[in-house]
Amino acid sequence: MTTATASHDDHGHHGPAKGIMRWVLTTNHKDIGTLYLWFAFTMLLTGGVMALIVRTELFQPGMQLIEPEFYNQMTTMHGLIMVFGAIMPAFVGLANWMVPLMIGAPDMALPRMNNWSFWILPFAFGMLLFTLFTEAGAPNFGWTFYAPLSTTYAPSSVTYFIFGVHMMGISSIMGAINIIVTILNLRAPGMTLMKMPLFVWTWFITAYLLVAVMPVLAGVVTMMLMDIHFGTSFFDAAGGGDPVLFQHVFWFFGHPEVYIMILPAFGIVSQIIPTFARKPLFGYASMVYATSSIAFLSFIVWAHHMFTVGMPLQTELFFMYATMLIAIPTGVKVFNWVSTMFRGSMTFETPMLFALAFVVLFTIGGFSGLMLAIAPADFQYHDTYFVVAHFHYVLVPGALFGIIAGVYYWLPKWTGNYYNEKLGKFHFWMSFIGVNVTFFPMHFVGLAGMPRRIPDYALQFADFNAIATVGAFIFGFSQLIFLFILIKTIRGGEKATDQVWEGAEGLEWTIPSPAPYHTFAEAPHVK
Amino acid sequence: MFSRAWQRLSSVVLGLVSAPAAMADWELNMPRGITEVSQSIYELHMLIFWICVWIGVVVFGVMFYSIFKHRKSKGAVASQFHESLGLELLWTAVPTVILIAMAVPATTVLIQMYDTTNSAVDIKITGHQWKWQYDYLGEDVGFFSNLSTTTDEIYNRTEKGENYLLEVDKHVVVPTGQKLRFLITSNDVIHAWWVPEIAVKKDAIPGYINESWALIPEGQEGLYRGQCAELCGVQHGFMPIVLEAVTADEYQAWLDDQRAGKIAEAAAALGDFSYDELMVEGAEVYARSCAGCHGTEGQGMGSVFPALAGSPIAINDMAGHIDIVLNGKAGTAMQSFSAQLSDVEIAAVITYERNAWGNDTGETVTPQMIIDAKK
Repeated sequence: MTTATASHDDHGHHGPAKGIMRWVLTTNHKDIGTLYLWFAFTMLLTGGVMALIVRTELFQPGMQLIEPEFYNQMTTMHGLIMVFGAIMPAFVGLANWMVPLMIGAPDMALPRMNNWSFWILPFAFGMLLFTLFTEAGAPNFGWTFYAPLSTTYAPSSVTYFIFGVHMMGISSIMGAINIIVTILNLRAPGMTLMKMPLFVWTWFITAYLLVAVMPVLAGVVTMMLMDIHFGTSFFDAAGGGDPVLFQHVFWFFGHPEVYIMILPAFGIVSQIIPTFARKPLFGYASMVYATSSIAFLSFIVWAHHMFTVGMPLQTELFFMYATMLIAIPTGVKVFNWVSTMFRGSMTFETPMLFALAFVVLFTIGGFSGLMLAIAPADFQYHDTYFVVAHFHYVLVPGALFGIIAGVYYWLPKWTGNYYNEKLGKFHFWMSFIGVNVTFFPMHFVGLAGMPRRIPDYALQFADFNAIATVGAFIFGFSQLIFLFILIKTIRGGEKATDQVWEGAEGLEWTIPSPAPYHTFAEAPHVK
Repeated sequence: MFSRAWQRLSSVVLGLVSAPAAMADWELNMPRGITEVSQSIYELHMLIFWICVWIGVVVFGVMFYSIFKHRKSKGAVASQFHESLGLELLWTAVPTVILIAMAVPATTVLIQMYDTTNSAVDIKITGHQWKWQYDYLGEDVGFFSNLSTTTDEIYNRTEKGENYLLEVDKHVVVPTGQKLRFLITSNDVIHAWWVPEIAVKKDAIPGYINESWALIPEGQEGLYRGQCAELCGVQHGFMPIVLEAVTADEYQAWLDDQRAGKIAEAAAALGDFSYDELMVEGAEVYARSCAGCHGTEGQGMGSVFPALAGSPIAINDMAGHIDIVLNGKAGTAMQSFSAQLSDVEIAAVITYERNAWGNDTGETVTPQMIIDAKK
C-alpha cells in the first residue's frame, strides 16, 4: 500500500491545474469546497444589499426610495437568495472541505457529481437574478410563495423562478447523496459512527433531511407550473383546487428546511467550544440522539406555520404539542454546550466568540420559537415582525454566525496562515452589535402590531424601525471587514502550525497546514 | 428627504437618551386587548415570556460564570469530565414538566377561541386586492372599506395624519355586549383579517370560509384598528381595518341608517347630474378606488397595471369602458366594481377617466347609462 501510494504521487500531475479551468473541471473536494464558499459569500453580499434596500425604505414612514412593487421583489429575492444561495451552499462548502478531512477520506465519494452539484448553482441563481431586469420584474410573492398569489396572480417571471428552484433542488440532492455516501463508505479504519466528529454527524443527518424534502419542494413548484401553464387547478379554488394544500406541501418541505439550515451549525459549534474550552464535548452521545430527535420531529410540526389558516382544533393541538417537544432536544444541546464550558480552560479567539454568540443568540431565537409554538398566542404573533425577529435570530446569529465561526476556525488549516486576531475580534463585535440592534427591536414592533412584508407602516412603529435600519447598515458593512480579513489571510500572515489551535483534536489537525491538495491517500488508523 | 432622514436619526438618538419621556411612542409589548380572549392570550404570552426569561437567566448565568471564572488567563485548568447520565436525565425531565405546565393553559384558551357557537351578529368579511368587504348577514347591509390615507401623505407631499395607514372610508360597526361571529373568505389571493385589540387573526382564503369570534364587553365602545396580515400583492400594506364598537342601540340605529342610505342612493341615481358635478365626484372616487393601481395621473404602474391616460378604451370604446369597470377583466387584477361603487360613483369615475389627463373626449356618462348597462 505504501509503495503504491508513493509511486502514485510520483506522477506529478496531481497538483491543481493552472488557470480558470482548474475551477471549472475540478473534482477535488477542497477546490469545490472553496467554490461553494465563495459563491455563498457572493450571494450573502447580494442578498445583503437587497436587505439594505428594504431597510432603507423602512427607515421612516412613507414611501421614499422604491415603489411597493419593487419592495416586494426585494423581500422575496432577499429571502430566496439568503436561504438557497448563501446559507445552504456555505454549509455544503464546509462539508466538502471538512468531512473528508475529519473522517480520513481522500476525497468525496462521487467527485464528478460533486463538480456538477456546484456548477448548477451559478446558473440557477443567474436565472433567478436576471428576472430583476425583465419587464415583469422578479418574483414578488415572498420566499414562501403562497398560491394563488404565486400562480394565478404571479408575474411571468415565476416560470424562471420554478426552473431555478428545480436546479437548486437537483444540486442540493446530489450534494446530500454525496455526503451520505462519503460518510458511509470512506471513513478511516476504526472511525466508527459513534466516533465521528459532531460536524460530520450533524451533516449526515442534514443530508438525509435534504434527500427527503427537496423532492417535495420540487413537487410543489411543479404543481404550480402545471397550474400556470397546463390548466390544472391544484391550488385554484375556482377549479376545485385548494390553496391550503399548497401551504401543507410547502411547509412539509419548509420546516425540515429550517433544520437543514441550523443542524450543521450545531455541529460546527460542537467542534469549536471543546477546542477553546480545552475540554471534551459534554454528552457526545446525547448530542447525536438530540440531533436525530430534532430531525425526526421536524417532519411532524410543519403546520405550526399555518395556525391561522383555519385548521380544526384537534389539528392545532397536535401541531402545538409536537412543536413544543422540539424544545427538549434543543435544550439538551444548549445545556451540553454550557456544561462543556463549565470548568474548562477557556480562551476567546474569534471562532470561540462567534460560537459563544451563537449559543446565546440562537437560544434567544429558540425562546421566541417556543412562544410562537403556543397556538393561541401565535394568533397575535403570526405574520408580524415578531416572527421576522424570531427567524432572523436563528438564521443570522444562528446559522450565519455558525458558518463564520467555522470559517475562522478552519481558515488557518485551509490557507496555512493565521488570520489577524485583532481584526477578527473587531469583525465579531461589529457583527454582534449590528445584529442585535437590527433584530431585537423587531420583537417590539411585532408585538405592538406591525405586520411583516409591508413597505410602509403606521407612525407608532417609526422609532424602532429607524433603529433597526441603523443596525442593518452596521451589520452589513461589517461583513466587508470579513472580506478584507479573508483576502488578507489567503495572501499571507503568521504561519499556522499543523494543530492550529492548542486544544484542537481530530484527524483534520494531523495533516499539514495548509492542507495539501491531496490528503489521506493512505487511510489513517483511528484508535 | 435627507433633512427629514437626519431629523429622524437625531430624534432616535435623543429618544434613546430620554426614553422615559417619550415612552408613549415606544410600544414594546402585545396589547392586553379588550376581550376576555385577548386578555387570556396576553396572560399566556406573559407567562411564557417570564418562563423563557427565567430559563435564560439560569442557563446564561452558568455560561457567563464559566466564561468569567474558567478562563485560561485566570489560570483555570480544564477538568476532563464529559458525561453524566443523571444530569442528562434531569435536563430532559425538567423541560418536559415545564412544557406540560405551559400546554395546559394554552389548550384551554385555544378551545375557548374555537367556540364560535351562539353568535348574535354574523359578519361576512371578504378580502379583495386591496380592500375589505363587509356583509351583515340577514341585515341587508353590506359595503366595501377602503384605505382613506391619501397618496400625498404616503409619498410625503403633505403631513401624515395621526392614524396614517390605519384609517378607512367606512368603519365596520359592531355592537358591544353581543357575541360577534366573523365569516372570513377571499375573492382573489389569501389575505388575513387582524385586529390585535380583539385578538382575532384569521386567513381569508378563496374557496374557504373561516370562522372566528369576539365579544366586546359593554363599556369598551371605541375604534380598534388592524391590518391585513398576509402578503396579498403590491398594496398589501395599504388595506387596514377599522372596527367601530358601539352600544347595541347605536348599532341598530346605524343599521337603519345604512338601509335608508341605500334607498336614497338608488333614488339619486335617477336624478340629473351635470358634467361638472360628475367630474368632481369622479376625481374623488378615482383617488380612492383606482389610483392605487392606475396611478394618480392615470399613468399606470409597471407592466401589470395599464395606463388610462391615452388608453384606447378610455378614449374611444365607451361601452367597453363601462363594461370593464362594472365587470372587471378575468385573469387580471382588474376587479368588478358594480357592487363596490354606487351607480352615481361609477358614472362619475368613468366620466372623469374619459376627460382627465388629456383624454378630453368631452363625453358625459350618466348614472342612467350605468343602470342600463347593468340590465
